Amino acid sequence: MSGPLTNLDRPNSYIGRTVPRPDAKRLLQGRGQYVDDLQLPRMVHAAFVRSPHAHARVKEIDTTAATSLPGVVAIYTAKDFVDHVTPYVGVLTHLQGLRSAPQMPLATDVVRWQGEPVVMVVAHNRAIAEDACGLIEIDFEPLAEVCDAAAALKDDATIIHPEFDSNLAWERLVDSGDVEAIWDRDDVTVIERDFTFGRHTGVTLESRASLVEFNPADETLTYHYSGQAPHMMQAVLAKHLDLPEENVRLVARDVGGSFGIKIHTYGDDVATAIAARLLRRPVKFVADRMESFVSDIHARDHTVHGRIAVDSSGVIAAMEIDDLTGIGPFSMYPRTSAIECNQILNLTGAPYQIENYRARGRVVFQNKNMMCQYRAVGHPVAMAVADGLLEAAAHEINMDVVAIRRKNLIADTAYPATSAAGMKFDDLSHQRALEKLVSMMDYDGLRQSQEEARERGVYRGIGLVSMVEVTNPSPMFYGVGGASISAQDGATVRLDAAGALHVSSSITEQGQGTNTIIAQIAADRFGVDIDRVKVTTGDTATTPYGGGTWASRGAGIGGEAVLLAAQALRQQVLEIAGTILQAAPDSLDINNGQIVDVEGAATRMSLGELGRIVYYRGNELPNDMMPEMIATRHYRVTDFPFVFTNGAMAAHVEVDPETGFVKILDFWAVEDCGRVINPKLVDEQIRGGVIQGIGGALYEECLYSDDGQMLNASMADYLVPMAAEMPDIHIAHIETPTKTSTLGAKGAGEAGTGGAPAALMNAVNDALRPLDASIYQMPMTPQRILRVLGIGKD
Amino acid sequence: MKASDFSYENPNSLNAALALLANQDGDVQLLAGGQSLMPMMNFRLAAPDTLVDLNGVKELQFIQETETSIEIGAMTRYVQLEQSPLVTQHIPLFAKALPHIAHSAIRNRGTIGGSAALADPAAEMPALLIALGATLNLQSLTGQRSVLADDFFLGLYETTLADGEIIESISIPKLASTDRTGFYELARRHGDYAMAGVAVVDRVVGDLASLRVVFFAISDRPVRDQKMEDLLQRPSANDEQQHLKEAIGQLEFHGDLNADAATKQHLAGVVLNRALKEMET
Ligand SMILES: Cc1cc2nc3c(=O)[nH]c(=O)nc-3n(C[C@H](O)[C@H](O)[C@H](O)COP(=O)(O)OP(=O)(O)OC[C@H]3O[C@@H](n4cnc5c(N)ncnc54)[C@H](O)[C@@H]3O)c2cc1C
Repeated sequence: MSGPLTNLDRPNSYIGRTVPRPDAKRLLQGRGQYVDDLQLPRMVHAAFVRSPHAHARVKEIDTTAATSLPGVVAIYTAKDFVDHVTPYVGVLTHLQGLRSAPQMPLATDVVRWQGEPVVMVVAHNRAIAEDACGLIEIDFEPLAEVCDAAAALKDDATIIHPEFDSNLAWERLVDSGDVEAIWDRDDVTVIERDFTFGRHTGVTLESRASLVEFNPADETLTYHYSGQAPHMMQAVLAKHLDLPEENVRLVARDVGGSFGIKIHTYGDDVATAIAARLLRRPVKFVADRMESFVSDIHARDHTVHGRIAVDSSGVIAAMEIDDLTGIGPFSMYPRTSAIECNQILNLTGAPYQIENYRARGRVVFQNKNMMCQYRAVGHPVAMAVADGLLEAAAHEINMDVVAIRRKNLIADTAYPATSAAGMKFDDLSHQRALEKLVSMMDYDGLRQSQEEARERGVYRGIGLVSMVEVTNPSPMFYGVGGASISAQDGATVRLDAAGALHVSSSITEQGQGTNTIIAQIAADRFGVDIDRVKVTTGDTATTPYGGGTWASRGAGIGGEAVLLAAQALRQQVLEIAGTILQAAPDSLDINNGQIVDVEGAATRMSLGELGRIVYYRGNELPNDMMPEMIATRHYRVTDFPFVFTNGAMAAHVEVDPETGFVKILDFWAVEDCGRVINPKLVDEQIRGGVIQGIGGALYEECLYSDDGQMLNASMADYLVPMAAEMPDIHIAHIETPTKTSTLGAKGAGEAGTGGAPAALMNAVNDALRPLDASIYQMPMTPQRILRVLGIGKD
Repeated sequence: MKASDFSYENPNSLNAALALLANQDGDVQLLAGGQSLMPMMNFRLAAPDTLVDLNGVKELQFIQETETSIEIGAMTRYVQLEQSPLVTQHIPLFAKALPHIAHSAIRNRGTIGGSAALADPAAEMPALLIALGATLNLQSLTGQRSVLADDFFLGLYETTLADGEIIESISIPKLASTDRTGFYELARRHGDYAMAGVAVVDRVVGDLASLRVVFFAISDRPVRDQKMEDLLQRPSANDEQQHLKEAIGQLEFHGDLNADAATKQHLAGVVLNRALKEMET
């Protein structure tokens, strides 16, 4: 190999370089192919009647009028599917004690959330299907609903699944050191806070969509998929539709965002597959926005009681959290709905040296839409709780918020290290990240201008967060618990007769630039111009087996597989070239699509010529040489359960105490994602993540009435931040490559979402401090801020 | 989210539109910019049997000047108001308020008549029309009548518009260069409907000073309060703020998802003070 990975002077040195996205032109010209762009012969369209109740018994369904509507092809209720699908249960064995009830694609006798699909209509077009939905009469007998997570645990609460003794789905305790010995010590200051994190969801530009074809001749099911884990869905569908796994093909073309929303098993999607099989014709289902809001998974929805003790020098003596979360009526299949709570227990306080840590998490069934993994699972909660407590404690003991972090962050020299919750860390850079942040934002200057602003009656605040992010998970995340979810990924790199590279990879592209970095790594490691690399992802029939893109694992795991495969192919090609050129393979190199001499770099032959010899004029090769112009490699993380990354972020905000409005003046993020493969893509990942974090902190919330009706299920009422709400986001990197791989890349996809809410909450509280007010509820809406300022209270 | 079936008519004159409106069976609705009606149809909150499209009725698209007023055809789009020198000169309040109505894409389509007819209590236009003392000219097959904006808006999505009537145009008295206007609103995001807003017009009508204060997004309709206007017109009593607060306290507030009644009451005071302050400068 020719030099270190990020030597940008080499030819074809794409790793570490911002290269344009090869797919950008196609997408910008409207030539993308999303599921809804596909039109298949004899295709029909699905729509669903969804429960208008949070909890009710389904007594009778009358489909007579709908059935006779011209254009209606089929109408299905749960009983029509009984023989065609097996129920699924969202549990994993390593989340000990987690329980959930069997779920079917359509509600059977009882509906358990507003939005649960009850009846499926298939018709010649979606409008007719919706007309038919309007003609279906369902006699519901409303049941007492239990929507509030705390109320769900009360003795007199309605029990959502009668087979269980309570609505508790899972409980976990972590107890490390001895927190009890700390609270009463005279030399510590103890701070307690109650945090509330509202429900929100990941609003993808392309809504959930599936188009399924079934070929009865060979019993194959082809599922055109808008999602991030094709092989997982292949296994899920094969298992529950009772088909051989090899007969199920998932194909994802362009995917318009996913954020974890599209990685789960949804009843309407499964029903679409069943209908396609029963009807023997393609069935398309594209969720509209309204049904997206009541059926796409929601996330967060946690209340956390937190406690911290610091000594007079600012050292954290103990931390304790008690997390309660409502997950809807079932645990989502197959990843479960306990992971977010689990992450919160694992990650709270993780950047800091804490010996005494105790945490309890309770996961509760309730009659609201289901809750599951969305970008930065658990991180925004864990970071906001720990850093919210830490900054509150700093102010209590009159210590600067940067100084208290300097006191407590795990030292950059202390790795490998293990956190109080048992997380194993290596190659982190909390201290350097903090110092870089402080200098980038001119922390001292900003504090001074904050003082000056206060004198003018302007309330500005500065808030920070130091964070870790779970990335590159090993099989210990899901596979260990029995899920058909791969932690390893593969890549195949093939040289064609014209000297171009074809890469197929099991990670997926949802808009973040996966295909670009695959091409960069392959071109760089093999030695061709990036224009000569063609990438295939998303298709279970043509890619190696692997997990897909989620949990910030694409670049780190899938990228490493591409690197290994490209290097292997390079070696193979050099051996072939050596034979043809009668030279030692290690005296040759590949540069810009040419075989060259290592010494002097003289061109010996082009890859095209080599391809032609191998493929067309094999007679010129020795008889004992059967060249392999293809190489496949797989990779998984072995040394650690996760490869953690770290970062530090800061927000500068202005709060208008008369209106409760928060204006974000500036935002800074320092991120250590190890090797940066494409700086611009990483920066945009972080920016996009920060903006979703801003959404969670200030705008986005799935509002429910007391009886479980979602009140703002439209893009007019559910507020996602838009261009006008986006501040400048300044980004800097520290690169500490992970030792677990050659590439050294960790994940970067979730950092912004995980860290921004904490920084913003701290900044808002910093601004409110002179007014003797504080807020620990997200989103921090104008009304909530006014309330903590005592305005609008009776 | 597909609209239910409807038939579509595309008249090219006001008379033809009026005839269709009067003679078609079932629920007949007019289509103006479609920025409210189309989403309502897709949500199936509206399911007209017949849609009568006014976009081809060119006689409803005009901005004209008379000696005392600006006459605006109902099908005039927000963007046309924004770009009209007549409007900028004679109705400066529009120039202040229009950028707060949704986003450019919506202002390219949405119309002044559509907004008035819809009577969304959170919308800017109904409040602006009342503050400006506008008159709505309504046309039906059988005749024409003019209604003061003060009397036009009756409640949540409710107006005096009768079956078979179309808003033909809106007359807005010109403001003099010495007249003062103020506008302030608070919206969660840029372009959202407001949590609370107010339009203020301080002018001389005839020999009389007239001050109008009209709130929007606080109740089920635009809210104008005589008492408050009197208070503001009285040469400053020293406890003016307290009186204003009391006057605001007398109003009826309707909460929404972003602000409950108590919050709206507080914000009404804030927007009023800010609008007044802006007028001083
Ligand atoms: C994302 C978004 C944000 C928005 N934000 C705002 C905002 O901040 N502030 C705001 O005020 N509005 C907002 N709107 C609404 C927008 O201003 C609408 O355009 C306006 O309210 C209606 O005007 P229209 O021409 O689109 O009417 P349409 O939607 O075509 O019609 C509305 C109603 O008026 C009737 N109608 C139309 N013209 C006439 C007429 N001449 N005579 C009698 N009846 C008639 C129609 O039959 C229909 O019932 C927003 C819309 C969107 C989509």
